[in-house]
Amino acid sequence: MTALASQPRHKALWAVLLIGCVLLVLPFAAGLLGNAWVRILAFALLYVMLALGLNIVVGYAGLLDLGYVAFYAVGAYVYALLSSPHLLEQFPLLAATFPQGFHLPIWILIPLCAACAALFGVLLGFPVLRLRGDYLAIVTLGFGEIIRIFMNNLNAPINLTNGPQGITGIAPLEVMGHPLSQPLDMGIFKLSTLELHYFLFLALTLLVLLISLRLQDSRIGRAWMAIREDETAAKAMGIPTRNVKLIAFAMGASFGGVAGAMFSAFQGFVSPESFGLMESIVLVAMVVLGGMGNVWGVVLGAVLLYAIPEALRHLARPIQLQLLGEEWIAPEALRMLLFGLSMVLIMLLRPRGILSPRTPSP
Amino acid sequence: MSAATLLRVQHACKRFGGLVAVDDVSLAVKTGSITGLIGPNGAGKTTLFNLITGLIPPDSGTFHLHEKRYDPTSVHNVARAGICRTFQNIRLFSDMTALENVMVGRHMRTQSLHTGVMGAILRTRGFRAAERHIRERAQALLDYVGLSNLATHRSKSLSYGDQRRLEIARALATDPKLLALDEPAAGMNATEKNTLRDLLLRIRADGTTILIIEHDVKLIMGLCDAVTVLDHGQVIAQGLPQDIQRHPAVLEAYLGHGHTHV
Repeated sequence: MTALASQPRHKALWAVLLIGCVLLVLPFAAGLLGNAWVRILAFALLYVMLALGLNIVVGYAGLLDLGYVAFYAVGAYVYALLSSPHLLEQFPLLAATFPQGFHLPIWILIPLCAACAALFGVLLGFPVLRLRGDYLAIVTLGFGEIIRIFMNNLNAPINLTNGPQGITGIAPLEVMGHPLSQPLDMGIFKLSTLELHYFLFLALTLLVLLISLRLQDSRIGRAWMAIREDETAAKAMGIPTRNVKLIAFAMGASFGGVAGAMFSAFQGFVSPESFGLMESIVLVAMVVLGGMGNVWGVVLGAVLLYAIPEALRHLARPIQLQLLGEEWIAPEALRMLLFGLSMVLIMLLRPRGILSPRTPSP
Repeated sequence: MSAATLLRVQHACKRFGGLVAVDDVSLAVKTGSITGLIGPNGAGKTTLFNLITGLIPPDSGTFHLHEKRYDPTSVHNVARAGICRTFQNIRLFSDMTALENVMVGRHMRTQSLHTGVMGAILRTRGFRAAERHIRERAQALLDYVGLSNLATHRSKSLSYGDQRRLEIARALATDPKLLALDEPAAGMNATEKNTLRDLLLRIRADGTTILIIEHDVKLIMGLCDAVTVLDHGQVIAQGLPQDIQRHPAVLEAYLGHGHTHV
């Protein structure tokens, strides 16, 4: 057995099994500490999904996108509009057509949110195709803000997004006839709402991860990397850079759309506030910190940059009270402080990210 | 013109502001030949190259490949038509391995439903077969240029001469009718130049026509079937290498007035 484990293939298998077990047990272990921790885990998975989506655009194709949160917002709002009574209240004609509400099944809703986000990805992609580097970053940053401002103001003359109040009353996800807002009785043990969401998010994250890995090692993935390395040379190889870039924008955006839909369903409420510029910046930081283009690095970056500040938010107060007797630094301030510190350290120690950008395939 | 003409450029012009970089240049490349493009620095060789390969749009002129007119306004369309080039200052995909660089070259010749995004995500049988073909072909091309043992090395870690040859392998991966080389021997030592010479002769023998810009007159004279000399954006001489060597206008362009009898 030790002989087997020493072979690289078996080692990888053992590692996958081990990580799988940890991921399965994790929510229950976290649940012992309190529900807030399971929530953190679920949100960490959403951020992994988002970071993986952004990694396609920034890491694979080398297109610096500072407005990625827009696609998260599109996914969240599409889900919210289709799963809440808001649209039916605003448009009597719709209410007359669908007296029971839309009630779309999850396997239509999620792809629909992904497709809408992908469409916005292409819409953003078209005008910025000729831009590179800094210019691209500025325009995408603007795009992210435009989407947020639209969400904020589309309550008049037609109330589409309910403006800054956001949309409430979003129906929970329903998987195989079971609404995730209800605990699931599995006989020997019960899965709580949070745990159910965690497992759904885990499944989707693994799917997104698999798609990322498969795209990386494919003809289209190589074309993206070629564009990242040298766009002119890529063109000279006959790669239609325009289409290939648009595919990158659409693919990346669709992951964001899925994460947005999940966010919306999980919270039961969306408002433009959740989709600010800071979110986009944190997402880029996750990709850069982990190692641009390296899927595992990006996963690590997302977990580190989301989970550690969140954990601190919960721990900073008790620890400070314990050690110092009073609270010196507010958790929120500490969070940004550590965030900045980690970025500075990474840039000094490992400027190409925690894991190197990409291990060459044999 | 005979049917054996692969590339025909007629009355190509390009000006940058007041500078006429390429001034009414006409050029023909015979199928199966190695045609050299020489001239002093600033003569407009690379600009002409960029016009032919679609890197910069011409102001005027007509371009035919295989007697079929093509529009040199976008690089990838020119590549698709069958002209693939290398660059004077090497432009490899530096973070990718040598093998992956050549695999990128197969991109446009392997377009199908299976090699698109859905095929890649679903790993269809067609996708896997295509990937295997791409990999085999790329490996074969690395063998062809003599880099098979460096397949898994990042291209930026390769030596200068190897990078030049890798660029040629990558260009060959697109199945070009015309291989356009912009100073492929620049910075090479004598041994590397000899290897390059043998490689280019082999490529020609295997049916790919070559258009080459080169400063090394010895290499050009030993390699080319026809030479075109540019100076100040104009063609000053065209013909066989041995005639070009004695052409008075060429000597004057290279050596200046009064040296025509050297």
